[in-house]
Amino acid sequence: MHPARKPIPPRTTRPSRRAVIAGALAGGLGLAGGLSGCGSFSGRPRVREWNLFGGGDGARLLQIHEQFVAEHKDLDFQAHTLAWGPPFYTKLAMSAAGGRAPEVATLHLSRLKGFSPTTLLDPIPLDLLAAEGVTEADFLPETWQRCLVDGQLYAVPLDQHPFVMYYNTEICKKAGLLGPDGLIKPVKGVDALVEMMRAVKDVTGKFAASVETTNPWRLWWTLYGQLEGPFFDESGTRLALDDDKAIEALQLMSKLATDGLTPRSADYAALVATFTNGDAGLSFNGEWEVTTYQAAKMPFGMAPFPQVYDVPRCAGDAHTFVLPHQNGRSAADTKATITYIAWMLKHSAAWAAGGHIPAYQPVAKGAEYLALQPQANYRSVATEVQFDPDAWFSGSGAQLQNDAGAAFSGVYAGRATPRQALDQFKAAAQKLLDTPSPVSGRS
Amino acid sequence: MAVTTISRSRAKVRTEGPPFSERWGGLLFAAPFLILFAFFLLWPTVSGLWNSFFDTSLAGVQREFLGLQNWREMFNDPAVWASLKNTLVFTLMSTPPLVVIALVMALLANRKGFLGWFLRFSYFAPFVLPATVVTLIWVWIYQPGFGLVNGILGSAGLAEIDWLNTENRAMLAVVITTVWWTVGFNFLLYLAALQGIPEQVYEAAAIDGANGWHKLWRITLPLMSRTTGLIVVLQLVASLKIFDQIYLMTDGGPNFSTRPIIQYIYESGFTSYRIGYASAISYMFFAVIVIVSIAQFKLFSGNKEAGR
Repeated sequence: MHPARKPIPPRTTRPSRRAVIAGALAGGLGLAGGLSGCGSFSGRPRVREWNLFGGGDGARLLQIHEQFVAEHKDLDFQAHTLAWGPPFYTKLAMSAAGGRAPEVATLHLSRLKGFSPTTLLDPIPLDLLAAEGVTEADFLPETWQRCLVDGQLYAVPLDQHPFVMYYNTEICKKAGLLGPDGLIKPVKGVDALVEMMRAVKDVTGKFAASVETTNPWRLWWTLYGQLEGPFFDESGTRLALDDDKAIEALQLMSKLATDGLTPRSADYAALVATFTNGDAGLSFNGEWEVTTYQAAKMPFGMAPFPQVYDVPRCAGDAHTFVLPHQNGRSAADTKATITYIAWMLKHSAAWAAGGHIPAYQPVAKGAEYLALQPQANYRSVATEVQFDPDAWFSGSGAQLQNDAGAAFSGVYAGRATPRQALDQFKAAAQKLLDTPSPVSGRS
Repeated sequence: MAVTTISRSRAKVRTEGPPFSERWGGLLFAAPFLILFAFFLLWPTVSGLWNSFFDTSLAGVQREFLGLQNWREMFNDPAVWASLKNTLVFTLMSTPPLVVIALVMALLANRKGFLGWFLRFSYFAPFVLPATVVTLIWVWIYQPGFGLVNGILGSAGLAEIDWLNTENRAMLAVVITTVWWTVGFNFLLYLAALQGIPEQVYEAAAIDGANGWHKLWRITLPLMSRTTGLIVVLQLVASLKIFDQIYLMTDGGPNFSTRPIIQYIYESGFTSYRIGYASAISYMFFAVIVIVSIAQFKLFSGNKEAGR
């Protein structure tokens, strides 16, 4: 619940007991049913927003929402933060399947097709968006294309969030890795990466980089992407993993752990802690922990993840706004919702302070964003972001990532060879492919 | 006298049988519960079975009748049997210590004065913590590199153990956490039973020359056998329902080695939107619990016969 939102008293005086009982009966089983059909108490257009930002970016979102509420007294705006991952998507899917969803929600772009757009989402009216001054031309073409399903727009991208490299400036300075501008010198190739990491380990005495070994999907998908490895064949329905490339990426991960450059075992909390307490001078992770490290008052910078193989590429995703399905969508509420979405896009420089790269190009190219340090230093990767494979079981927090985590963490722990880990992952992915899709249309 | 008789018989003629309140009063009083029971337990139970014959999806897609297809898939799905095995392993690993340690604690804490109060307080304190707090504490305790347990091992010159990320060991780590967290409840049941044993029995035994050991084996334990039975039943059911601490501590890992059946049901139904399939697995697990309960019941009624 948004802390700034104060409950708005109903306009009428206290209703009689009889009226309340009659209203509850008419609405089915109680208040929720009784109120859903007739908008908010206040008679103002209502925008209920559900999001999954519980970390550092969540704190920023609340500040941005406070400003929105202050500037839009004519709207009844209510924001709710739910637990990230399966709990969020479960609740959203159920509310939309029942046709009683909130007006707007956040959704990872990689999950759009797996979320069954034609049954769970309502298309976004382009004319309303254009009336607020937001059009296709304001986004990167490939991002916009991914938001279309059957030619209709189902999601408005807010940002991109790539896998990046954090570096502790004090440690890296001692290791001689910083340029005269104080930024880390870019490295290219496997040998240069290992050499850089050795230098960092010499300074920390423990590790070079902190990584999440319990779910190394993002690191593997980054490396495999740099080798230009495919996931599906052209038909998009058959598994087409390139064994040699997949194993090469896994072997590098294994080598880094065996040489003691990364931990053999670290979950997400340990990944953050190892970097904050200086046990590692580098950290490979999504860019969303900026606020955490700033709050820890530690000296750090951020850079694109190094190009280790053939092409620059990094795993990533995008947060989007979607309109979950409502049985009786009110035109006034929808219009207010589009106002909110457009306002958020235009104010996404504040959002970018939390690490995310704005998807809305006028902001991404604006002076306010470019002045953000260290957030603007990795903005070039926006076009190099590689989304998860396009399938119903794929995307942030979806089953494919779980299966990859289970298989690939064994490589770090020394429990499995890269070959064994790959075979296990391929079997799991094939099982998901063979499972009849529970969402509308094959994807 | 006569007048009363007449009026009574008249009343009888008028109403035929007991008055309305007597005939329907009980049902009326039970109605709120019955309605809730039917609406939130009976109906979902039946509709769950119904759903298991369809490809019901959380995504609101048109569903089709599949017959026994979900059931057939379940019997051929190794993940179902692996996670069921994990649940049973957890139950077998956690139940004995949760009963035995609770008994030992109760024996230690059953004393007067400050020490008794302090022991009772500290044994029961962890039980009041929520699962999220308990798992947060223990995940940090188990961490390699900077965790408490590994710190102690290290200062004793022993090698670090990666508790939560090694297959086999992760389940042990969860069991240790669970015992620490929940043993207080069983402890409380035992303590109540201990305090219910009359002092005279011990006095009589002392006069007959029984020492402390005799008293424990011949008096205390036999008199608490009913409590032990209750605790074992409650504990087995609680352990079979394991979900939260595993979900929060290991998320079923490493490599699914700790994933309990309820987590697999959750993943099938909610992460992968396959409600129909998840319903089939739920029903299979329901059957397992029923079988365990029946076995338990038989075992205990057998004990009673022997006791006579």
